[in-house]
Amino acid sequence: MRNISPKTAQKIAMAGIWAGGAVTVGILLLIVIYVLLRGIPSLSIDFLFTAPKGGLSGDGGISTIIVSTVYLIGTTLIILVPVGIGAAIYLAEYAPSNKFTGVIRYGVEVLAGVPSIIFGLFGFALFVTALHFKFSILSGALTLVCILLPTMIRTTEEAIKGVPQAYREGALALGATRWQTISRVVIPAAMPGVITATILCIGRAIGETACLYVTMGGSAAMPSSLLSGGRTLSLQVFYLAMETRALDKAMATAAVLILIIIIVNTFTTWLAHRFYARMGGNV
Amino acid sequence: MKISHYITDRAAKTTVLICAASSILILVAIIIFIVLQGLPTFQKVSVFNFIFGMEWRPTNGQFGILPMIVGSIAVTFGALLLAIPLGIACAILLADVAPHRVRQILRPAVELLVGIPSVVYGLVGLVLLVPAVRQLGGNGFSILTASLVLMAMVLPTIISISDDALRAVPRAYKEGALALGATRWQTISRVLLPSARSGIVASIVLGMGRAVGETMAMIMVIGNSIAFPKSPLDPARTLTGNIAVEINYASGTHENALFATGIILLLFIIILNSITITVLKKGIHKYAEHLS
Repeated sequence: MRNISPKTAQKIAMAGIWAGGAVTVGILLLIVIYVLLRGIPSLSIDFLFTAPKGGLSGDGGISTIIVSTVYLIGTTLIILVPVGIGAAIYLAEYAPSNKFTGVIRYGVEVLAGVPSIIFGLFGFALFVTALHFKFSILSGALTLVCILLPTMIRTTEEAIKGVPQAYREGALALGATRWQTISRVVIPAAMPGVITATILCIGRAIGETACLYVTMGGSAAMPSSLLSGGRTLSLQVFYLAMETRALDKAMATAAVLILIIIIVNTFTTWLAHRFYARMGGNV
Repeated sequence: MKISHYITDRAAKTTVLICAASSILILVAIIIFIVLQGLPTFQKVSVFNFIFGMEWRPTNGQFGILPMIVGSIAVTFGALLLAIPLGIACAILLADVAPHRVRQILRPAVELLVGIPSVVYGLVGLVLLVPAVRQLGGNGFSILTASLVLMAMVLPTIISISDDALRAVPRAYKEGALALGATRWQTISRVLLPSARSGIVASIVLGMGRAVGETMAMIMVIGNSIAFPKSPLDPARTLTGNIAVEINYASGTHENALFATGIILLLFIIILNSITITVLKKGIHKYAEHLS
């Protein structure tokens, strides 16, 4: 290195950065574009609204899969959102800086790093086996709640902390109790942030596979209740690719997944911008 | 204050406290369930034979997971070997080198890539990479294929967090270096990168965690063979894959052994994280000494 002049080193390094960076982003984007190009031609209204034929054919559409996915995410959110908001309120508004708070924060941190399949094992042992929920949408949803809780708590906590202190002081000065202040002033002000957190969780829920593979059973039939088994879109991609080798259908389903993720992403970015612009304007 | 308000206030505080405690309860429950279900394995096989055993034949009562441990280490290492230099190059490009316009397009694109489900990467790997790797020998389902798929999966994480870290470096550092006559590359390599070091290492730790924990995409491209892999072109199985592929039909000791695989996987992640954090702390230490 000593023999190379700084100017030459500069040229080589810049070339390396440009080449490495451009190739990397290029390849990654090509993956997405490839799936969309191969998947979108097989997409049609029919594909979205017909039930899969089942068995090994891979024929049919994904209507039952969409219904299962919606059931699963709906059930997950009904539990996740209140618990997540509650935990975030505690951490942002009440938590004294003591050991107990430290333990909770540590727990949230560690939980966020545990792999999906470990949650799957846990869900399998607790919900599927011990609580007799069997392989079902309910078991899958409860497992998902455990996985998504850290994301929900952290994002909501940020939103609550973003609410200007003057709001709280104003409410308290008017004689509101602490809870009135939180429930009628702080939470409404943080609402766009809470919605962003929720949509972020929906995005992650749509991508989860491993924990659901071992808790939902993978039935492609129309779910009749929360205790029926089911398949999510991500699981359907896996089953189509691995069991039936219906690669075109798998690509089409993957394209649906990517389109949903694009919509979710755009929406959260837009919401977050609006939220922070508003908060900034009020300070 | 009215009594009813007082009661509501207390009740609300208790409720949110319980919500907050749920995360720690879940963590404790996970550990208890997995350890309790995993431990009975060691009445049938010793811990040593479990970890260093070469044969995984549940029907014969043989539960050795060394091939899976090696499989997990190999794909993670392979993925990071490529992803770290490429990811950092990309982050430098986004944070410092590329013109503003290019960054404005690329940054949201990388954010989007972080959210793409892993099965999509697995599917593309299955359709495009497996046949390509088959040309090199073997049947295409291999450690090499799995490493490449994992690389694509962890890159967005590494890029986006490293980019944040590089951008968080105060402008004055960079301007100071340039004002002293350093070239752009000298500024990047001796000022920007060392200052952003902790963030970059954090991005690698996170990427590594994602790599070790990845399950479905691995099952799709690695072949899931229980044989001990001898070359990067051989099929293999990861610890995660071992659990996912067999848990739905396992029973008795076999089921316990899969939970024990989960214990090993958890330990694995804890060890990897602490090694990286120690290395990181040493690095910061060295850098601090260097400055003083």
